[in-house]
Amino acid sequence: MSELGFSKSEMMIAAAARELATARVCFVGVGLPNIAVNLAKRTVAPDLEMVYEAGVFGARPARLPLSIGDPTIVTGATAVVSMFELFGYYLQRGLVDVGFLGAAQIDRFGNINTTVIGDYERPRTRLPGSGGACEIAINAREVFVIMRQSKRSFVDRIDFRTSPGNLGGAEQSEAIRRAGGWNGRGPSVVVTDLGIWHFDDTGEMRLDSLHPGATLEEVRATIAWEPKVSADLQTTPPPTAEELRLVREELDPGGIYTK
Amino acid sequence: MTGKVTSMRDAVAALVRDGDTVAIEGFTHLIGFSAGHEIVRQRKRDLVLARMTPDVIYDQMIAGGVARKLIFSWLGNPGVGGLNAIRRRIEPASLAGEPPLEIEEYSHFGMVARYTAGATNLPFMPLRSYFESDLPKANPLIRPIKSPYSDEVLYCVPPLNPDVAIIHAQRADASGDTQIWGLLGCQKEAAFAADRVIVVVEELVDESVVRADPNRTVIPGLIVDAVVVEPFGAHPSYVQGAYDRDNRFYLDWDPISRDEDKVQAWLREWVYDLPDRAAYVEKLGAERIASLRPGPAPSGSVDYGSYR
Repeated sequence: MSELGFSKSEMMIAAAARELATARVCFVGVGLPNIAVNLAKRTVAPDLEMVYEAGVFGARPARLPLSIGDPTIVTGATAVVSMFELFGYYLQRGLVDVGFLGAAQIDRFGNINTTVIGDYERPRTRLPGSGGACEIAINAREVFVIMRQSKRSFVDRIDFRTSPGNLGGAEQSEAIRRAGGWNGRGPSVVVTDLGIWHFDDTGEMRLDSLHPGATLEEVRATIAWEPKVSADLQTTPPPTAEELRLVREELDPGGIYTK
Repeated sequence: MTGKVTSMRDAVAALVRDGDTVAIEGFTHLIGFSAGHEIVRQRKRDLVLARMTPDVIYDQMIAGGVARKLIFSWLGNPGVGGLNAIRRRIEPASLAGEPPLEIEEYSHFGMVARYTAGATNLPFMPLRSYFESDLPKANPLIRPIKSPYSDEVLYCVPPLNPDVAIIHAQRADASGDTQIWGLLGCQKEAAFAADRVIVVVEELVDESVVRADPNRTVIPGLIVDAVVVEPFGAHPSYVQGAYDRDNRFYLDWDPISRDEDKVQAWLREWVYDLPDRAAYVEKLGAERIASLRPGPAPSGSVDYGSYR
């Protein structure tokens, strides 16, 4: 907790939730996306249809799901389907507006690694792998990413491309996505503990908003490349009292995501 | 009503053989922990373990030395962190001269597609995934295929036909007609893809219960070899409507799994030194079990109609 009255993680989660204000159908990834999307459902996007890869469309979780397969996503849901149906009929059919993912490593074009740190055959650190992320990155209409910034995570070259983003840049990405019949346009926003990044015309991340208390020096010190910064850099509005109450009392009373 | 009903000990002894490809499926929900523990207890060896999300059960089984290879799509302790016993068998820094666990890795849809190809007797299943990903380089069984109807190039995966699928469920009758509600994962596909199927249930019911609600039947007795009745057999995972995930266990497993000696001590205390699941449940204690009971949320009933 900082002197601002909220933590960096709380700011990140609130900012990520607000990005979902106009989304209708969101595929909820494991970890930080789970709490961000559940906060959005309780604030800016009450009509949001939450899709969980475990096989749920239209979840109405009464508590924050402990994992993305929690029984609370089943009780009261619109539909429970097999995972073949979920990935086939809902995702591959093109019905998902936003895929909300986390990442261990990301590059300037939004390509994501969740597989290994180091060499694949002889990894320094074995990470969980794709799960559904690879097909979500390809088939969700757009991709939102939520992750903390550090020199280890915002890297020049990711060690393994688990899930494609804007590949080598927007021009190449658009051509390959069109030719390959992908449903998805690729990543559109990355929300971190320091700010909000969108992707410019070249397909590269651009810092558009800095969270209260964060500085550009901090941003540069936690990223491996010289970042693009918007000429019209905004300050992210701080978390509202209601956002903080929901996170602290309803969604994450144990402080698992917000420590 | 005896039918295919047998004990876990006999089912695993008869149907799981050294070297088999074994799929214990169930996505977060209905994970067959009691079956996994029995496989460890019987010291099966050289298994190829397939499962979308290896979860704590495969961490325990691999620590128990039953496996030579793992086929998977997401390797983690859900909501907690990594699977440390498995990581020790993959990361060279911690191998200490032992051969690494062989791995074969997909995405979730890729694993589902493999079981689906296996269940439908097809040589491959195409999907719109893996484009521009490094996964096909890491796993050469993920291959591009040109559509015979257009210029489109997709990726495809081969069928996965386990020797044995083990499925935990809410209920079955003595013939193995099995009903599940809540998350369905890929259990149906895994069961139809497998040569042998063991169903483990919370409750054995009369055939009339199944016939009163046939839409809920996921696996027909036709493909089931053994029915094992083991209440709380999915603990510490959950069974929709019966018990919640025991999250304390998943959290506790993290520090245990970071230390090989602690893992082996845990396996001794909770697997090798216990005869069966009933003893595990008794050791767990009534209070712990009671704390996992959800409140009620019954479904409405439907009228199938009587047509004579």
